[in-house]
Amino acid sequence: MANAAVATAGAVRPLRYGSISRDRKWALRWSYFFLTLFAIFFLMPPFYMLITSLKPKEEIAAITNPWWVYAPTLDNFIELLTQNAYMTFFRNSAIVSVCVVIVTMLISVIAAFSLARMKFWGSATLATGVFLTYLIPDTLLFIPLFKMMSWVRDTTGIELVNHWWTMIILYPTLTVPFCTWIMIGYFASIPKELDEAALIDGATWMQTLTRIFIPVALPGIIAATIFCFTVSWAQFLYPLAFTTSTTELVLPVGIVTTLIKGDVFNWGQIMAGALLGAAPPLIIYAFLMDYYIAGLTAGATKG
Amino acid sequence: MADIVASSAAARASGRTSLHKVMQRKSTIAFLMALPLILMIFILVAYPAGYAIWLSMLNKSMTKFVGFGNFDFLFKRATFWEIVLQSCIFAITAVIFKAIIGFVVAHFVNNIPTKGQRKWRGMLLVPWVIPAAMSTLSWLWLFDPSYSAFNWIFVHLGLPKISWLGEAGWARFSVILVNVWIGAPFFLIMYLAALKSVPEQLYEAASIDGATWWQRIWFVTLPMMRNIIAITILFSTIVTFANFDIVRVLTAGGPLTATHVFATWAFKVGIESGDIPLGATVSLFMVPILAVAATFILRDISKRGSEV
Repeated sequence: MANAAVATAGAVRPLRYGSISRDRKWALRWSYFFLTLFAIFFLMPPFYMLITSLKPKEEIAAITNPWWVYAPTLDNFIELLTQNAYMTFFRNSAIVSVCVVIVTMLISVIAAFSLARMKFWGSATLATGVFLTYLIPDTLLFIPLFKMMSWVRDTTGIELVNHWWTMIILYPTLTVPFCTWIMIGYFASIPKELDEAALIDGATWMQTLTRIFIPVALPGIIAATIFCFTVSWAQFLYPLAFTTSTTELVLPVGIVTTLIKGDVFNWGQIMAGALLGAAPPLIIYAFLMDYYIAGLTAGATKG
Repeated sequence: MADIVASSAAARASGRTSLHKVMQRKSTIAFLMALPLILMIFILVAYPAGYAIWLSMLNKSMTKFVGFGNFDFLFKRATFWEIVLQSCIFAITAVIFKAIIGFVVAHFVNNIPTKGQRKWRGMLLVPWVIPAAMSTLSWLWLFDPSYSAFNWIFVHLGLPKISWLGEAGWARFSVILVNVWIGAPFFLIMYLAALKSVPEQLYEAASIDGATWWQRIWFVTLPMMRNIIAITILFSTIVTFANFDIVRVLTAGGPLTATHVFATWAFKVGIESGDIPLGATVSLFMVPILAVAATFILRDISKRGSEV
């Protein structure tokens, strides 16, 4: 970069010493200036969420400056956390997400190993099919799924609609294809010599997977796990379409449908609820940012 | 997993039969390991996708086969064409702005010293990390008709108040704005990764040839990033076209039907009004655009696969 700047500056104005570093300095200042503007734009809604959640009821309805808290209070959080409903949503969401992560990782790591290394008739087609599945959105599937659920009820008597645990069956359709896909990428990048050595030493396929592939591809597994958790935590359409009772809702749907009661919006509590709901993904992101970003970019850059 | 154990145990019990030999074969084990994935894809994705087509050809009570009756019905409704138009405007505008903002911000982040980049990147990705339904709620509150924090600023600047979600035009603008806010960080991250992979020598060579910064972007950066840009835009087009959360939480399609996209209208018709076949028909209109995008993505992937 420095050389580049020398060359440009040299060609344009040959005689002014010091203009190189001055140009660089100005470019840097402009970069910081615009970055600050964009950071304000990107962080404004979460910031506003935070300050609203700290406001007492009177202040939310007042015509004072909405961008400032004059009498900060934790009442909204206390009220919310002492409500049974909110804790139920949180518990449902947590159980669903953890179960989905476990189910997804079991299915996708084993399948990815088989698709990347063992190969069978049609495995290449299946790998492409897995990716294609990832491109089919939930908004296309929820209506036929709804109908299939009533068919299940009619034939077996198992009621799937309006139960939070149904989500554990449905969410893997959103997470497994992508996780399998990025795990295939990670497994394919492991040198063949490694598993050949293991096979020669008499390891079974399962041992090769658990002793060699999983430890070596651990960064990929962490990235896939994070992806899986955030997707199941944020999923909104399936629970909105398939659950209605207050005890069966997960967090995003719970906040949107129960805290917004008719025209009386209790904004302090809604914002407190949304903030707490956004907290788990944000905390994971804060601590495991590099894995999070690796998972995000893996879909397009690997494979 | 359990299958493998169970069947190999069964084989052992019946002596060293040919079944046992088949079970020991590498491709059989491989197939069994992929079986849960195959079953899941067929039962919960492929079958519902095909079932949607069948559903779209039934009448409202799902007792009679009506062929293309539902499609015919939709084509005659003005609301449907409004929704087609709005879905296209929504997706195209949002993707274009996400791509541009992502590109510009990625350059700014790439400009500053490396040790500061992590911090900025971390801050700028926050909208992508927060669950869309939650962050859209905060936008809903920012757009509130009587307490809008934006309008408070506008009034203090001497500008007129805006009815963000109450007027068709502004409501359309608002849903796109929120979509761009959520989606632009994804482009930023992808482009930043791509920018890092452009060899420094190319810029040096361009500078020696006397290229301006604009020429360097046009002739070096863009061609080098072409693949990533294409695939990110295709991904984003699919996701944006099928978007549900933002429109649902922000306007629920209103005012009237001004901001409805395919997904939200399918939900309204299919689940809320109980006309499942019509809802399935509406959601099927997302398929053509998805198919086009998917074809391009697959072509790109198989191309890169053959290069490796």
